[in-house]
Amino acid sequence: MAARVTTRSEHKAGGILLALPALLWLGLFFLLPLIIVLIISLMSRGSGGSAVLPFTFDQYTRVFDTFWIVLQRSILVALLTTAICLVAGYPLAYFITRRKTAFGRQFALFLVILPFWTNFLIRTYAWRVILGREGLVNNALLNAGLITEPLTLLNTEFAVVLGLVYGFLPFMVLPIYASLSRFDHRYIEAANDLGANDVTSFWRIMLPLTMPGVIAGCILVFIPAIGTFVTSDLLGGTRGLMIGNLIQNQYSGNGNMPLGAALSVVMMMVVVVALLFYARFGEEKK
Amino acid sequence: MADAKVELIDVHKEFPIRAGEASAVRAVHDLNLDIYDGEFFALLGPSGCGKTTTLRLIAGFEQPTAGKILIDGRPMHGVPAFYRPVNTVFQDYALFPHMTVLQNVMFGLQMDRVPKQEAQRRAVEALELVRLPNAMNRKPREMSGGQQQRVALARAIVKRPKVLLLDEPLGALDLKLRREMQLELKEMQQQVGITFVYVTHDQEEALTMANRIGVMSSGELLQVGRPEEIYESPATRFVADFIGETNFLNGTVNTTDDEYAYVDVNGETELAGMWEDSVKPQQQVTLAVRPERIAIRPYNEAPDDSDRSARAEETNTIAGHVVSVHYMGTDTRYMVRVGGGQAINVRVQNVLGQRTTSFKERDAVILNWGRDSTRILTH
Ligand SMILES: Nc1ncnc2c1ncn2[C@@H]1O[C@H](COP(=O)(O)OP(=O)(O)O)[C@@H](O)[C@H]1O
Ligand SMILES: [Mg+2]
Repeated sequence: MAARVTTRSEHKAGGILLALPALLWLGLFFLLPLIIVLIISLMSRGSGGSAVLPFTFDQYTRVFDTFWIVLQRSILVALLTTAICLVAGYPLAYFITRRKTAFGRQFALFLVILPFWTNFLIRTYAWRVILGREGLVNNALLNAGLITEPLTLLNTEFAVVLGLVYGFLPFMVLPIYASLSRFDHRYIEAANDLGANDVTSFWRIMLPLTMPGVIAGCILVFIPAIGTFVTSDLLGGTRGLMIGNLIQNQYSGNGNMPLGAALSVVMMMVVVVALLFYARFGEEKK
Repeated sequence: MADAKVELIDVHKEFPIRAGEASAVRAVHDLNLDIYDGEFFALLGPSGCGKTTTLRLIAGFEQPTAGKILIDGRPMHGVPAFYRPVNTVFQDYALFPHMTVLQNVMFGLQMDRVPKQEAQRRAVEALELVRLPNAMNRKPREMSGGQQQRVALARAIVKRPKVLLLDEPLGALDLKLRREMQLELKEMQQQVGITFVYVTHDQEEALTMANRIGVMSSGELLQVGRPEEIYESPATRFVADFIGETNFLNGTVNTTDDEYAYVDVNGETELAGMWEDSVKPQQQVTLAVRPERIAIRPYNEAPDDSDRSARAEETNTIAGHVVSVHYMGTDTRYMVRVGGGQAINVRVQNVLGQRTTSFKERDAVILNWGRDSTRILTH
């Protein structure tokens, strides 16, 4: 049998063939719906909230005029959630990497993902029981005599952020853990040796070298947080209304499909900005 | 000692029991050592003998289980690594991968709050000292092992520490580069005048570079001395074996005098050697002699005057048979089996035109060497 050398173009053709199922999948279930949403967002509202011609920018005008406050709140809540997850998640991930045995690390990781074993909805409902007027927190504080009136904890932005942090913390911890477990602690010794105390070593050495995990964690928390509607619906009431709830409302009952589509497109733009940020800072440090 | 830079007093280090280990690891045991100002001190020993632990104790990365460490006369108990006047060149360099070479070298100066301009000037100077003036803006991963080694050196030396600790700094380099760097390092040490504590498992490296050598084994310091002392009068069998090549002959002491002990090695031959620890008649001892100190001649030939050991009464003489011959280029090695069954290795330099006699297997030969080249070891 004669030796046969595969040429570059053959490789290329094979590559495209292999990628075809994935490309079809992406085209059919990602790109096509995206284009449909974009088109709908440029249409007018018909009877029962359906989308009809003519094309118009009205929906976008409404998004930025009427719902700007909600959009702003969504971004703020998502940013706050991300920040709290980061501040809580980094030390937690560090704690896990510093366990002495492999079992210790695995057990701690297991605890982090344990909540996933219960349905998200049920877990969020549980927070209502904890935070309600006659919930666990208020009862405990009243019994301890620390307060005389029950606090309003439920149906606040605070409750939404709390619920989101609770729900998304693992998404922050896991990528940071991955980065930290690759981090070589001898760099810290080298920094100590050169006169850096532990705080300086953290800011100058450990944080920069684990930045990919931090950025990935932030993205993984920020994106679902900004689109949330279950948590804000259950814990936020009207004061915690988020863009996700608005979108949901447009598609149910007496809604407005084009407006919902426009809100979705705007939300997606925010996410794209976040991803560009990731591409800029997350990849660089490899 | 007034001018001891580093003093280790009764230092002990035990690591706690880890999973799967029967007992705590005794990494360093009863260590007493003074390292003097400006000297190049080599800590030499096989892998796992506690060299790195000793260095880490001085640097402050580990705390002694017992004992005291003084640097520049100051007790180091409770002083964290970042306050100690020492810097370390790590075995795998530990250069910060996200910083350029210049940033790496400037890091230590920034920690001392040296103004930026001056820090930069000193960093550039340090890089010139290690002959890397043109790599300042490169990242460590873009450099070869030898270059990274130089950066690590510059980073540690730029702070002008009282003591520089080096943990097998040339271990990752290939042989040729290692030889070059040995000379450069030695030169640099003399130039900057910083006390070096240099960890190595390479006896040749220690012998060529150090002012003094400390030989370690199983967490204990066996002997401290100048290279020629360690080589010429090893205190124990381990030291003699670890540093260079040595023949060991077991025997029983017949008599002793002020300098020498006379040892029976096979019931018929008496050999003399210098003793350090006092020995008594009938004591079992080991005679140690280096292969290159032994002269070899045919059995029936009288010693000629050009032999290294001219005066017969001051030499040890023993007869034997050649068992094996190895030509090694610069020299030839013979293994000779002597009466009683013990074997002696002999190394003869191949000098053109001088001595043409060479031996074959089974040749009967006479070996002789100076008494002063012979050590009596008791442990
Ligand atoms: N952190 C540690 N925990 C447990 N044992 C250790 C630790 N560091 C070193 N040892 C043990 O201490 C002994 C000496 O180690 P080390 O100082 O690294 O030797 P060397 O540098 O001479 O090769 C070894 O038996 C090693 O396994
Ligand atoms: Mg070591």
